[in-house]
Order: sequence, then C-alpha cells, then structure tokens
Amino acid sequence: MDITVNILLTIATAATPLLIAAIGELVVERSGVLNLGVEGMMIMGAVGGFGAGYLTGSPWLGLLAAIIMGALFSLLFAVMTLSLATNQVATGLSLTLLGLGLSGMMGTSFVGQPGVRLPNLDIPGLSSIPVVGKLLFGQDPVFYISIALTAAVMWFLFKTRTGLTLRSIGDSHTSAHALGIKVIRYRYLAVIFGGACAGLAGGHLSLVYTPQWVENMSAGRGWIALALVVFASWRPWRVLAGAYIFGAVWIGQLHAQAFGIPVPSQVLSSLPYLATVVVLVLISRNKRLTMMNTPASLGQPFVPDR
Amino acid sequence: MSANHDGTNLLEVRGLTKIFGALTACDHIDLNIAKGEIHALLGENGAGKSTLVKMLFGSLEPNSGEIFWNGQAVRITSPGVAKKLGIGMVFQHFSLFEALTAAENIALSLDDGSPISSIAAKARALSYSYGLPLDPESLVGDLSVGERQRIEIIRCLLQTPQLIILDEPTSVLTPQEADKLFETLERLRAEGKSILYISHRLEEVKRICDRATVLRHGKVVGHCNPREETAASLARMMVGNEVKAVVRAPVDGIETAQPLLEIRSLNRKPATPFSIPLKNVSLNVRAGEVIGIAGVAGNGQGEFFESVSGEVLQQDSASVRIRGKDAGGLTITGRRLLGAAFVPEERLGHGAAPRMKLSENLLLSRHATDGKAFVGSGGMVKGAAVYAAAQRIIEVMDVRKSAPDPEAAALSGGNLQKFIVGRELDRRPSVMVVNQPTWGVDAGAAAHIRQALIELSRSGSAVLVISQDLDELFEISDAIAVMHNGELSKPMPIADATFEKVGLLMGGAEPGHAEHTLETA
Repeated sequence: MDITVNILLTIATAATPLLIAAIGELVVERSGVLNLGVEGMMIMGAVGGFGAGYLTGSPWLGLLAAIIMGALFSLLFAVMTLSLATNQVATGLSLTLLGLGLSGMMGTSFVGQPGVRLPNLDIPGLSSIPVVGKLLFGQDPVFYISIALTAAVMWFLFKTRTGLTLRSIGDSHTSAHALGIKVIRYRYLAVIFGGACAGLAGGHLSLVYTPQWVENMSAGRGWIALALVVFASWRPWRVLAGAYIFGAVWIGQLHAQAFGIPVPSQVLSSLPYLATVVVLVLISRNKRLTMMNTPASLGQPFVPDR
Repeated sequence: MSANHDGTNLLEVRGLTKIFGALTACDHIDLNIAKGEIHALLGENGAGKSTLVKMLFGSLEPNSGEIFWNGQAVRITSPGVAKKLGIGMVFQHFSLFEALTAAENIALSLDDGSPISSIAAKARALSYSYGLPLDPESLVGDLSVGERQRIEIIRCLLQTPQLIILDEPTSVLTPQEADKLFETLERLRAEGKSILYISHRLEEVKRICDRATVLRHGKVVGHCNPREETAASLARMMVGNEVKAVVRAPVDGIETAQPLLEIRSLNRKPATPFSIPLKNVSLNVRAGEVIGIAGVAGNGQGEFFESVSGEVLQQDSASVRIRGKDAGGLTITGRRLLGAAFVPEERLGHGAAPRMKLSENLLLSRHATDGKAFVGSGGMVKGAAVYAAAQRIIEVMDVRKSAPDPEAAALSGGNLQKFIVGRELDRRPSVMVVNQPTWGVDAGAAAHIRQALIELSRSGSAVLVISQDLDELFEISDAIAVMHNGELSKPMPIADATFEKVGLLMGGAEPGHAEHTLETA
C-alpha cells in the first residue's frame, strides 16, 4: 500500500510543473499568441526561486520570486511581439535560448549549495489518515495551487465574459479590434500570466522537486508543456489529463528500468511522450470540437491599420 | 446630448482626409447626417466609402479633418470610442468569430455584462421580430454569408445606437428579408435614430433613403434626394458617365448543344450538424448558355458549389462530369485541368489569400493550368510573366488599387471580386462556375462582370451562376433553377420565368403546385 501511495505522490510531483506551465501557455495561446519561450521562462523561475530561497532562507519568498521572475521574463517577449510585432516563433525560441544561458550565468554561485524546500501540507488528523490522508492532505502546496489553477482557468475561459473576450481575440484579432476590444492589452496580460505560471513551474522544480540548483534543470519540461497544450486541443481538463498521463508513464518507466525489464532504456524513456501523444490524439478525434477550440489567429502578429 | 433641437445634425464631418501612400482614399469629405434620417452614401468601388465609414467607426485614423457629434468636436480613436458615442456598424466584411456561437458573438459587442443565456433569448426574440430568424446556439463557422449578416445586424441593433452604419446590408438577403430590414430601418428612423446606408442597389436607396451623398474617387461629387432621382441618374452621378446595360443576345439551337458540365444525381451528407444535405441534384449546362441557380442563403448552394468545384470530393465520380469526363473524384486542380474554372463566394480566404499579392494569388490558382506560361524549367516561377498577367487582368477588369501589385486584403471588396473573376475569365475556361459573382460590387463593375460572363458563354463555354440576387439572375441567365433545402428544381427557361414563380420555389413550393402556397413567410 505504501509503495502505491508513494508512486502516486511521485507522479503528482512529476506532473505538477508540466500542468502549471501548460495551463499558463494555454491561456497565452487562447489569446492568439504563441510563446515558445516556456522553457526559458521556466528555468528563469527555477534560478530566481532557488536564489531567493537560498539567500533569504524562506521557500515562500523563493516561490514568489520564481513567479515574478517568470512574469518579468515574459514581459520581454510581450514587448517584442506585441508592441514591436516581431515574429512570435523566432522571439519565443530566442527567449528560451536566452533563459537557458542567463540562468546558467546567474546560478554559477548556487551550484552545489543546499536549497530550501517548501514543506508539505500537514493538517493534524487529516494528513495522517491512511492512504488518502497523504494523497489529499499531505502534498506540497504547489500541487494544490496547480489543481486550483486548472479549475480557475476553466471557469475563467468558459464561464466569464473576460474569458469569452480572450477567446474571441484568439479566434480573430481583426474582428475583436473592430468591436473595440483592446487586443494588445489582453494579450499583454495573457502573456504575463503565462510567464508567471512558467516561473511558478520552475520554482516548483528548484523548491520542491529537487531543492537545489542545477544548470538546465528544467530538462525540456517547457517543451513538453507546449506540446501538451496543442495535443490537448487547448482544453484545460485535457491538459490536466495529459500532464498526469505523462507523469504516470514517466514514473512507471523509471520503475521498470529499475526492475531491469529487458527492453532498451531508450525505448522506455520515449514511452511517456508516445503515450501522451496517443491518448491526447484519441480524445481529440472530434473535428468539430477541435475546430471550435483552436485559436485561429495563433502566432499571427497583430498590427491595427491606422 | 439632449441640448440639441430637432433638425440639428447628429453627425457633421468636415474636410476629412485619409491618405494611403500615394492614394488619397478620402479627400476633404464633408458629410452631415441629421437626426432621424436615412442617409445614403453612394459611390463605386474604391470611391472611398469604406474608408470614410471606417474613420467614423474609429478603425482608421484620419490624416486631417474634423468630426462633430451633436455639435461637439470629437476624436474617434477606436471602435470602442465610437460605440460609447452611440455609433453602431454592420460591416461588409464580417467581423464575426467563427469558432464562437451566434449568441457569444453578440455578447462580445455588448458591454452591459448580461449573462450569455439572457442574450441568447434576447437575440432570438429580436431576430424574429425583425424577420431575420437566427439560432443563437449555432456556430458561426457553420453559417452561410446571409445568416452571418443577420447576426451582424442583430448585434448592432442590440446595442441601441444613435447612428447605425450599414455597409451593403441587403446584398445577401432575399427580397422578403430585405423588406423586413427596411421595415426595421423605418421603425428605427421613427424612433429618431439616424442611419448611414451604403448600398449599390439604387432601387432600394430610392425607396428608403431621405438624402444621399455621392462620392467619386475620394471626393464628394454631389448631394441629392434619391426619391427625386432615377436609378440611372444616380448611377450616372456615381460613375461619372452612363452605365451600360447588360446585353444578352438570344442563342439558337441550344437544345442540341453539347453539355459541358453535367451533374448527375449528386448526393451529399451534411458535413456538420448545421449544414444542408444535397438530395439527388441533377443539372446540365450546355455550351453557349448561362444557367442561374437562385435560392435563399443557406439552402445548400454553398455545399453544391463545394461539390462541383472539387473542394469536397464525391463518392460517385460520375456525379460531376466536365466536358464528358467523370470528375467527381478529381481535386480542384484536376477539374481545372479539364477546363473548368471556379469563383467561390468568399473573396478573402477562399477566393484569394488575403496576405498575398495579386500576382501571387494568380499563380496560386493557375500554376497547374498555365504551367507552361508561369512555371519554367525546374519548377522556377516566371515572376515577370505572372506579374504581367496580373497587370493584364487588372487592366481588363478595371481594378482600382493603391499599389502596382497590392496584397489581396488591401483591395476593397468589389475590386478584389473583379480581380478574382477576371483571373478565371482570363483563362477562357470552357466551364465556369461562379458563386455570388457580384456580391458587394457596384453597379458599373457588376455590369462589367455580368457582361463578361454572358460573353464567355456566347463564345462556347458553359456558365453556371449561383446567386441570391434575383435581378442579376434574370439579367444574365438563359434558364433559372432554384435550390431549396438541398434540392434543385428543373431549370426554367428565362422566357417562362417570373419573379413570382422563382420566389415561390425559393420558399419551398413544389413546381406545379405554386398557386396553392401563396402565403409566403
């Protein structure tokens, strides 16, 4: 029983940063902006979070710093693509490269230093209930944030007027502009929200997952988050499903490798990617739903004619 | 707002000027719109009408000039400002969101924060009371152009603006729908609202408009009371000279001519829950004739066009035959190579790639059929030849533009349509299929396009025209068939056809039982 619980807990820990980063990027893409800089914003969040936690001794200040770092870094992307109308793909890619390099430089003095870890939730009585106690009431705080965030984004996008406006901008920015909607302002806010989420995901890596600083510690998770958004056809609950499928197969194949299953380790390592793609493609077979949910103006720079 | 007396101008425009590069789209325009009047804005394509209303609605900023609203100088810097002042607009190129429902589209333009469910009910009630039936739950992407226009109009009316700008509102409505719209406009006028009405249909301008301002080449060339003018005199003011009437010479021996386009028992299942299935559609179009297909928007004409053009392939390859060869399984390019040409309804996104130059758009549709002329050895594009061909089409069709080879999206709707039709005519196709050839195109250009289609048929081609404009079909067709609910009636020779007969078929009456179903909705 304990092993099962522990495996489930590690799955949640592996899935949480993917989920947060992907939910942030989902909001960005729903507004019609493609920010390929998730990996860069994530790693900046990780180094900022670790640094602030290490210097102040407070993991909570670390988490806050991670969020701010991600948001500030995304602001750079926003200014370039929204105000200066640069190509979103090129700008996003360079944001990732810049983030990886910059974080490495900023983190040189942190390498090998002991970090601080966000304590797990501990509610007397509840957290010690066998099995469910640990799963429901004994995880790290960011796990709860990630679930709440997914629910909040779902509610925001599909139940609120502001969410409808955001989706409309993603569908056609020219139509939105013609209606008097402030396209650029919405997109700025969406991009910064996405940056803050990516930063938070990075903070989870360096303050919860492995409380230390290692260069390139995001290890491609930003890219996985990006892919999740597309394969989940821009639906929050599918992003959640995708993140957990990925996390589950990832942890599963690690255990399988440890057991020494006679399958090449490269094949096992590729399984999480394969499984996630297959499952998400299967659940998004409905063409009509996909058409309704794909932001049609994704990646196109918006320059109002004046 | 209430400080003004009756008869003062709601909107005054003085010396409004907009310059795009070398083109002065609007040159010191003066315009006064009084409270409670329907004011017509007339002019050919490229006369500056769209530019002017875009400045009034805040989506373009003037280079110079002043706008007064209720006597106060205002700067309309964005559509949001225009809406706050009380200016509503129904666009010619729709500003709808395809992935959202009709109700969501309407909700987006209302700022009162009312929940979407109540907007759906309001929109449904309003749309039926104005005779523009609308299902608020339907997805805009599934709707026809006519149905989309209804959403635009309802959306504008729900905002209860003081001034409503309508850009070509009736071009996709049936005569009955248009009548309902005119009732609505007259009701709005009685409520003291003002309407700026842009239309190429001079008869309806004469019918409902109180005053008219005529633009030509970006300048105001005249004011008039349309009721005291004739359609011909209005057209003369717009164009600057007489508009030639379309001439359709009768053809002899058409019964024995060879059919170049044959549709045999064409069936198609609905592609989406909202689209119309095609039921056993059969039609022959012979060399030398123009066949018109009439019908209310959304009765399967779009689905029919897609099937004929090859945007959608058929299971039964004999259901579409071009020049005696089975073409049902061929793609658009395959059908073009058999000698057919197609002009779809949507200009931007379907007929032309908006962000590409005209010459590039020409190459896109004709790289296969004119491979020798446009593509050299090793697949290299002959840029100069393509450019020259584009310029030839621009000249033949009199396309007005601001640059030598502009992007398709930079042209006004009518000018782009002239280019797209011209692009296909330039090939001298033996089968030409056109959906809404002159939608949003002014009188002079429409006559030009219609004449060109007739001449193409008289030179031995088969021409099939799908249109919601009955006047147009009666002008150019040798026979008219009616599409209703995915079924096509037998073509009626033009000598036997009357507006009433065709109108009844459009309403769904069986041929032969027409006299029993006179009460049309």
